[in-house]
Amino acid sequence: MQTQSSIDSSARKAALDVLAAAPSRALAELWDRWADKPVHKLVRGPETGLVMVRGRAGGGGAPFNLGEASVSRASVRIVSGEVGHGYCLGRDLAKAEAIAVIDALWQRDAAVVEAEIIEPLRALANGADQQRRNESAATRVDFFTMVRGDN
Amino acid sequence: MYVAVKGGEAAIANAHALLADRRRGDRSVPALRLDQIMEQLGLAVDRAMGEGSLYDRELAALALVQARGDLIEAIFLVRAYRTTLPRFGYSLPIDTGAMLIERRISATFKDLPGGQMLGPTFDYTHRLLDAAIVDGEVPAPVMREAEEAQAPRVTDLLGRQGLMEPDGETDPARAVGDLTREPLDFPLDRDLRLQALARGDEGFLLALGYSTQRGYGRSHPFVGEIRIGEVAVEFDVPELGFAVSLGRIRVTECQMVNQFKGSAKVPPQFTRGYGLVFGQAERKAMAMSLVDRALRAKEFGEDVVAPAQDEEFVISHSDNVQATGFVEHLKLPHYVDFQAELDLIRRMRAEHEAAAMQEAAE
Amino acid sequence: MDIGLDGGFSEPVRQAQSSFRAIMDAFANPGTVQKFAHLAPAHGLLQGELVSTLLTLSDQDTPIWLSGKLRQTPGMEDFVAFHTGAPLVSETGHAVFAFAGAADELPDLDRFNPGTQEYPDRSTTIVLAVTAFAGGDELVIRGPGIRDQRTISPIGLPRNFVAQWAANRALFPRGVDLLLVAGGAVMGLPRSTRIAEGQ
Repeated sequence: MQTQSSIDSSARKAALDVLAAAPSRALAELWDRWADKPVHKLVRGPETGLVMVRGRAGGGGAPFNLGEASVSRASVRIVSGEVGHGYCLGRDLAKAEAIAVIDALWQRDAAVVEAEIIEPLRALANGADQQRRNESAATRVDFFTMVRGDN
Repeated sequence: MYVAVKGGEAAIANAHALLADRRRGDRSVPALRLDQIMEQLGLAVDRAMGEGSLYDRELAALALVQARGDLIEAIFLVRAYRTTLPRFGYSLPIDTGAMLIERRISATFKDLPGGQMLGPTFDYTHRLLDAAIVDGEVPAPVMREAEEAQAPRVTDLLGRQGLMEPDGETDPARAVGDLTREPLDFPLDRDLRLQALARGDEGFLLALGYSTQRGYGRSHPFVGEIRIGEVAVEFDVPELGFAVSLGRIRVTECQMVNQFKGSAKVPPQFTRGYGLVFGQAERKAMAMSLVDRALRAKEFGEDVVAPAQDEEFVISHSDNVQATGFVEHLKLPHYVDFQAELDLIRRMRAEHEAAAMQEAAE
Repeated sequence: MDIGLDGGFSEPVRQAQSSFRAIMDAFANPGTVQKFAHLAPAHGLLQGELVSTLLTLSDQDTPIWLSGKLRQTPGMEDFVAFHTGAPLVSETGHAVFAFAGAADELPDLDRFNPGTQEYPDRSTTIVLAVTAFAGGDELVIRGPGIRDQRTISPIGLPRNFVAQWAANRALFPRGVDLLLVAGGAVMGLPRSTRIAEGQ
């Protein structure tokens, strides 16, 4: 059985996943529209560093270090006390900080953050992914048999 | 006697200024923007990123323009930059089975769950230069409704029938080797070899892979699968207590399938070489998978007879930043070393002449 | 719940650099007292000097051992995870760095990792808070970084310290290194230092 905290964790993770994947500009535009941004204090960062990306031998075997990726992160405490963490690929410090604040807000008021920020970003990402899938699908090879030898 | 000399400061400064000028070129030509490089020289960016071993397309584009398009110089710049950043940690292993696929082909199976998708490939182009691309309009790509089919890795399909070497059990307690932290100590485990190959020089690995096809370390390779696309990078965030996705990166994966006769312990089956590279880098991933398989010779009880099977030779020479450093250092002043050599040659010459004269006298 | 996130260096880069300088000078000049230019605030039982050293030296590649008492401090695991990413280990032999708030929290030195003959650098560095750097029994130290000899007299060293240290010294090039901290300062005793009781 899932505990309440593991449900919260998976919902929070889902929101953070969407935020990290969001294009900087789309996230910034949505965040700009957020009316009363909470006053927040930086607990750490924003800062840029590296994460060593791992793969698996053969795709599913023993892990190995593939190479690093630049990553930005920030941790903030908003005025009502919640602490939020933001992580994203790249060197966009403002994005990492915005994610951290949104993560803190999410803990205070998940429903509104989901409706105003997460859902629109998720819809945008789903649309972009679907377009990419459709573009790839057009290059799918349809094999057909021209002559079948029967003997 | 050792004489330390100093000089050339002004010459060096002026040379750098001249380099900056030549890099910029004719000022009446607009300067390149990084987004132009990222969008229109994408595969060069991917190579600088892959061999620079740092996934950051914008930095790789900057490195390319700063290096005047010299890829190895750009890779050097990227490698140097990465040393200035702290490391936050290690990602969970990426799951290439869950890729948002842009290209996926198999030379071994025609009909695959998920299908074969050519994607943005140079294959089947006529290799005719086309001046019209310089300012021609490019139509939007054709779309076709994608099926919601899963596209499992091809090698997993054969694996289920026991005909394919399995990925093997992994010991979670085993530390993953990292050549950026510890000096290499031969013989290596496969994890370190794969790391070295993933950042290795494409040209070097391509030539070695080619050599295995030409009989230097015989193999019968088939492309089991190549897939290119985006995968999520998951990172265990200590302060959260769970893993989150940091976003997606594009990678190229190649599964090279090889025949294996079997041994006393292992029945005949297919074995695999593996290639995984940042960005769209198909040739590199294929070369990597050929070399990975060749380097597994000992594991399968095969004779190590060819250069591509020689781990120390391959891994010690696959890094183009190391290689260029050692080759290019030869142009730096060696005045003192050479003076010593010169003295030695003169002495040997004198001895040689003295011996010749003595011989003539006798 | 977020107690572990507070504290640490207020300016991580500069303060870690200046602390590193103090630690480096301490090891380069064994037995001298090197002041930390900036001291991180204490975290529970982890004194400021230990916090400064921990934050300066450790990251996710350096497994850390904390004495049982330190580890029980509320929020300690979160604190180490957030500020350094370093994994905590309970096996002394697996630790790259070991921290103890007092000598009686510290197992014998030979319980820690002395490194290998090929990689003697892979040994444990022990960071021990002592009561004071002066006022204890006099010890005479010799070795690299010390002209002739130097006398130290810290209060709060482990029991049988001189004998334990001699055994550690005998492993050279293997062996543990010791950092003592007290009063906003650090003293280094690298494995190369020989220690004898004073007259």
